[in-house]
Amino acid sequence: MSEELFITKSVIIRDSKIIKNGKPFFKADPDASLSEFLKTIYKEEHLKYPKFFKMDSLSKLVYLGVELLTEGNIPDKKTALVFANSVSSLETDEAYAGTMGEFPSPSLFVYTLPNIMLGEISIRHQLKSENIFLISEEFDPTIYLDYTKALFQQKKTDNVLCGWVNLHNNEYDVFLWQIARSGRTDFNEEELKKLYLPTHE
Amino acid sequence: MSDLHTELKQSIIQQLNLEDMEVSEIENDEHLFGDGLGLDSIDALELIVLLEKDYGIKLTDPNQGKEIFNSINSMADFIEKNRIR
Repeated sequence: MSEELFITKSVIIRDSKIIKNGKPFFKADPDASLSEFLKTIYKEEHLKYPKFFKMDSLSKLVYLGVELLTEGNIPDKKTALVFANSVSSLETDEAYAGTMGEFPSPSLFVYTLPNIMLGEISIRHQLKSENIFLISEEFDPTIYLDYTKALFQQKKTDNVLCGWVNLHNNEYDVFLWQIARSGRTDFNEEELKKLYLPTHE
Repeated sequence: MSDLHTELKQSIIQQLNLEDMEVSEIENDEHLFGDGLGLDSIDALELIVLLEKDYGIKLTDPNQGKEIFNSINSMADFIEKNRIR
C-alpha cells in the first residue's frame, strides 16, 4: 500500500516574477534581460556564492530557485532530486556549438548536459542522494508522482526535491517543490497542476 | 605594473566571470589557484584557451601549466618570452 505524501513548499520563477508557496513573492522589471533578472534576485536575496557567476543560465535559475525554496538550507543530505524539462540544455548546447569553429569554450562545455543542474544543487548543499533528470514534452505531474512514490516505497529517502526547470530562447519556467511524509497539501496530480498554474498570475 | 599585467587581469576577470572583482584587487604575485584567487580546473582550461586566442601560444606540455599559471607575474613572463602576437 502506498503511503501518504505531501507537498511542503513550492517556488515558481516565471515572467520576471517569483511565487513562493502559492503567493507572489517578488516582481522584477519585465523589460530586464534574463541575466539582469537573475543577478537582481541574487542581490536582493543577499546571496554569497561566487560560483553562481560561472554557471550557465539554466543552473543559475535552479540555484536561485532552490535557495528561495529552502532558504539556503537542506538539512537532510539524503534528500533525493527528481527533475525534468522539455529542452534539455539546448540553450547552452547552442552557445557552445557557436564557439566550436574557433576556440571551444571549456566553461560552456561543462554545462552541456541538463543534469549538471543536479550536480550544482548537490555541491551547494552537500547532498549525497538519489537523483534523476527526465525529459518530457511538457510539465507532466505523473512522472514525478510515479518516481517519487517509488523512492519512498523503496525507503531510499525521507525527502524529495522536485523540479521543472525549462529555458529556451530566453524564456524560462521554473517550478520547484518539496515532498515529505507530513504536510498540508496532498501530493497528487490535481494539487501539482494547481500549484504549477496559479490562478492569480 | 606593465600594460601586459593589467591586460591579463582584465582578461581573467572577464573570461572567468570573476564578478565584482577589480583589477586593483589582484596582486601580481598572488596565487591564481588554491588559496589565492581560488580558480578551479575549468578555469585552468579557460586560461589555456586565453593564451592561444590572445597571444598565439599553444601549450604542448600540460605539466608546464602549474608553473605558468602560478601568478600574474609568471603568466606575464611566459607570454613575453613566447608570444607570437
